[in-house]
Amino acid sequence: MRIFQLATTELAAGEELNPLIPHTSEIIVGFVAFSLLYIVLRRAVVPKFEKAFADRTEAIQGGMERAEKAQREAESALTQYKTQLADARGEAQQIREEARVQGAAIIEEMRTKAQEEAARITSTAQAAIEAERQQAINSLRNEVGTLATELASKIVGEALDDQVRQSRIVDRFLSDLEKSK
Amino acid sequence: MFRSYAATEGVKDEGFNPPDAGDFNLPPFIDGNTFATKPILLAFFSVTLISIFFILASRKSALVPSKLQFAGESIYGFVRNDLGRDVIGHEFMRFVPYLFTLFTFILVNNIFGIIPLIQFPTMSRVSFPYVLAAITFFVFHYIGVRRHGIIAYLKGIMFIPGVPKPAYILITPLELATYFIVRPMTLSLRLFANMFAGHLLLLVFILGGEHLLSGVIGLKVVSPFSFVVAIALTFFEFMVQCLQAYIFTLLTALYITGALADEH
Repeated sequence: MRIFQLATTELAAGEELNPLIPHTSEIIVGFVAFSLLYIVLRRAVVPKFEKAFADRTEAIQGGMERAEKAQREAESALTQYKTQLADARGEAQQIREEARVQGAAIIEEMRTKAQEEAARITSTAQAAIEAERQQAINSLRNEVGTLATELASKIVGEALDDQVRQSRIVDRFLSDLEKSK
Repeated sequence: MFRSYAATEGVKDEGFNPPDAGDFNLPPFIDGNTFATKPILLAFFSVTLISIFFILASRKSALVPSKLQFAGESIYGFVRNDLGRDVIGHEFMRFVPYLFTLFTFILVNNIFGIIPLIQFPTMSRVSFPYVLAAITFFVFHYIGVRRHGIIAYLKGIMFIPGVPKPAYILITPLELATYFIVRPMTLSLRLFANMFAGHLLLLVFILGGEHLLSGVIGLKVVSPFSFVVAIALTFFEFMVQCLQAYIFTLLTALYITGALADEH
């Protein structure tokens, strides 16, 4: 009923009513409006959003890269410290070992030296004793000879007739001997 | 709004007139000027609206986005990543501006259908979907021809590899029809028909409720149910409007991918 009414009131109403028939003005406007929007969005909006995205990605990636770098550095420092520590430990061990060996060597050396010294002192002392003994023997021999000769001459000179006289001579001789000393 | 137009024709008093295709034929504000119509105004309004919103949202392109920038970025990122990158692949960036324009233009014009006082989906005027489908049609064929050369491109469409020769008798016409008739037709008509039917449905329940209200007391009691259904349908329409914008853009992206692919 409506169709008839429209048909009487409008020109070409049948065509107007078919919703599948496009209108020229709308096609033009659709194209122009869409193109306008496309230009605006492409020129002004998309680059800005892309910039924001890129900046954000950059910021996040940059941060991650920095963190990774810091971690790598920390790890290398740690390994370095560990190596140094191990080296130091090894060195200390070596030094201790060396010291021990050296100490043992020193002790051994000292002992040898002491023994040598002792031996030397002993031999020197023995030699001195021997020399003195020899000297004593020599001087004793000389003195005993002299004394014996002297004593014999005195005994012979005094004419030894009795026991008392004899002992008096010996005593006098001994006291002379004392005085001469 | 539409009834007032009908009312001028003096049909209102003859009982309930169910809404029909005539309700989509809004007369020009200025007599005889076919450009001074509501859908045309809405199309330009949508362009202004989308431009202003996204220019404001993207102006600063800050590292830490404001709420507005975040909102703009969410929509842009959805089209860029979900419809562009995930569908088209590594060359997607060239087509993002087109897909983005397509999505926002269709979405806003669809949603006009449920915005109070506007309440007219521009895409229920078939001319607009025709234009959009025509652009998509041109874009994906152009890309295909540029990529493969016209002969190789047509050959790729007509002779799918790995099919026994006699089957080409059947398949070649079908493929040609798919690429050159069915795709643009379905693309435009799907969008148009959804918006058209949705708007018609809302009109039926809103105008029906209104009409019931002017009836006898028994009908007055029933009329709120009509409005409740209209409100429920408005939510449903919102879903359909978003979905149709998504589907149109997704299919465009898929067609572009197909044109770029080495084998069709």
